[in-house]
Amino acid sequence: MSARTTAWRETAADFAGSRGALAAAITFAIVVAAAVFAPWLSPQNPYDLAQLDILDSKLPPGSPSSAGFTFLLGSDEQGRDMWSAMLHGLRISLGVGVASTALALTLGTAAGLAAAWRGGWVDALLMRVVDLQLSFPAILVALVLLAVLGQGIDKVVVALVTVQWAYYARTVRASALVEVQRGYIEAARCLALPGLRIVLRHLLPNCLPPLMVVATVQVAHAIALEATLSFLGLGMPATSPSLGLLIANGHAHLLSGKYWISVYPGIALLVTLVAINLAGDRLRDVLDPRGTP
Amino acid sequence: MTGVLLRRLLQSVLVLFAMSLLVFVGVYAIGNPVDILVNPNADQQDIARAIAELGLDRPLHEQYLRFLAGALSGDLGRSFATGAPAMELILERMPATLELACVSMLIAVVLGIPLGLLAGLRPKSRAARAIMAGSIVGFSLPTFWVGLMLIMVFSVWLGWLPPTGRGDTVPLLGIEVSFLTPDGLAHLALPAINLALFNLALLVRLVRAGTREALAQDYVRYARAKGLPESRVIGVHVLKNIMVPVVTVAGLELGSVIAFAVVTETLFAWPGMGKLLIDSINQLDRPVIVAYVLLVVLMFVLINLAVDLVYSLLDPRVRRGGARA
Repeated sequence: MSARTTAWRETAADFAGSRGALAAAITFAIVVAAAVFAPWLSPQNPYDLAQLDILDSKLPPGSPSSAGFTFLLGSDEQGRDMWSAMLHGLRISLGVGVASTALALTLGTAAGLAAAWRGGWVDALLMRVVDLQLSFPAILVALVLLAVLGQGIDKVVVALVTVQWAYYARTVRASALVEVQRGYIEAARCLALPGLRIVLRHLLPNCLPPLMVVATVQVAHAIALEATLSFLGLGMPATSPSLGLLIANGHAHLLSGKYWISVYPGIALLVTLVAINLAGDRLRDVLDPRGTP
Repeated sequence: MTGVLLRRLLQSVLVLFAMSLLVFVGVYAIGNPVDILVNPNADQQDIARAIAELGLDRPLHEQYLRFLAGALSGDLGRSFATGAPAMELILERMPATLELACVSMLIAVVLGIPLGLLAGLRPKSRAARAIMAGSIVGFSLPTFWVGLMLIMVFSVWLGWLPPTGRGDTVPLLGIEVSFLTPDGLAHLALPAINLALFNLALLVRLVRAGTREALAQDYVRYARAKGLPESRVIGVHVLKNIMVPVVTVAGLELGSVIAFAVVTETLFAWPGMGKLLIDSINQLDRPVIVAYVLLVVLMFVLINLAVDLVYSLLDPRVRRGGARA
């Protein structure tokens, strides 16, 4: 147990060795904190229609609101404070991204382990499905799924899980196929341990490092994909606007010079994605020294 | 070679068959097909007639065969919104999408190869670092966000380029195209650049990695030892050897460009089939959605097949030994 703790500590120290990655990780932590504490950081509940005043519609950043506070980042068409809407939108975007990644990770890992452990037709069947799915772009699969399923947060999660699980399945299978050949698995087999126990306690922990790298990058992909789908009007319903939907709402006003409705949620999205990608890049270097730089 | 060809053809047919089954299950079997296939504004009589017409009272396998027969003859029903055959609507919009996709691919290739070559030949130079930083940005930013920024800067602030529409078109071989008129070209610029950025970033990285690898090979050292001019070493010995992966990726990416055109077309109101798809989804115009999906799947399968075949022509290792069996 203590050996494992040391390994984690070493990885963390290695990760922090790059100043850029450390800055990215800190930025991401701030973004997460902003999302978690959104209700306490925003002067207005953007979902409570009673708090909105149509007279405050489309005010530029810095204008005073009729309720007394200042619109730090301006207001949208319905007189909603963009700062508040952005924080709450961040909450939804991050929540959907993390939840769908966690689900897809579980599902894909199970499929990948099953394929590597059982081999034979299970492996062949699962990998053909993975190949088939990965030959189509994620956005297309998600679009078609949402066209059939309709709008809603649960449907978005289903679509995101569907397009993501195959990456994990392929990654886990690749590393599990190598690990299965190792001595410790053979030793576990000689002890006649039950198969499920060998897979979960011996095989899975040794397949985790590459999986963590893929998962970090995939969270960013999931958030970007959800934002794109919501921007197209197919993702989140108007009652729970994610960053993508906020940006879409401002799209129409961009041409009349009211840039703040789209731009600030866009910057929030950007900062989140770049921070995750940079941190993920560093994680790959740390966990996989053989990988190409 | 014939064996590879036959096996790939068989695989493609299987993929198409599987996809048609999935689309059928998605649209016809999940939920109430009447809700999906019959205009929601129809009255009771219309619904009863439609059920009989669509054969929804038949067993499921018979319905699937009917659907398949219709799909094979290009009959996928009529649009609820316009009443025109769904397939016709899609085909009408296809040239606009293909024009956008081809121009953006051209931009990516024409800029991506020299930039990647530059970054690969002098990896320590400031230009190379700037190019690589740019490619990371190109990877992480979502397409729709870059497009919005392009509109904001070039249409709203600078007023140089129009933000929406296709502009003037002229017929070329019976197909209306934008890139031959000045106005059409101005309209084409922003969406094409928007769509090109991701592949530009991808090609830069690919060419850079390929160049660095090729420079370390014996044949390049030998070519230099022979006293060949540097331009010939780079132009023939290096470039020719990195073309195989570049052609493969460029070919495969053509499919993803068509998929991502959905986003760009919606953003720039470009009248292609991607915008038609989004409009149809918003209007619940299901026959058009089905027609789009089947057509795009067919295009993907054909592109994958073509790339595989070109690949096996270019690379003898694939041709000889079923290395990818």
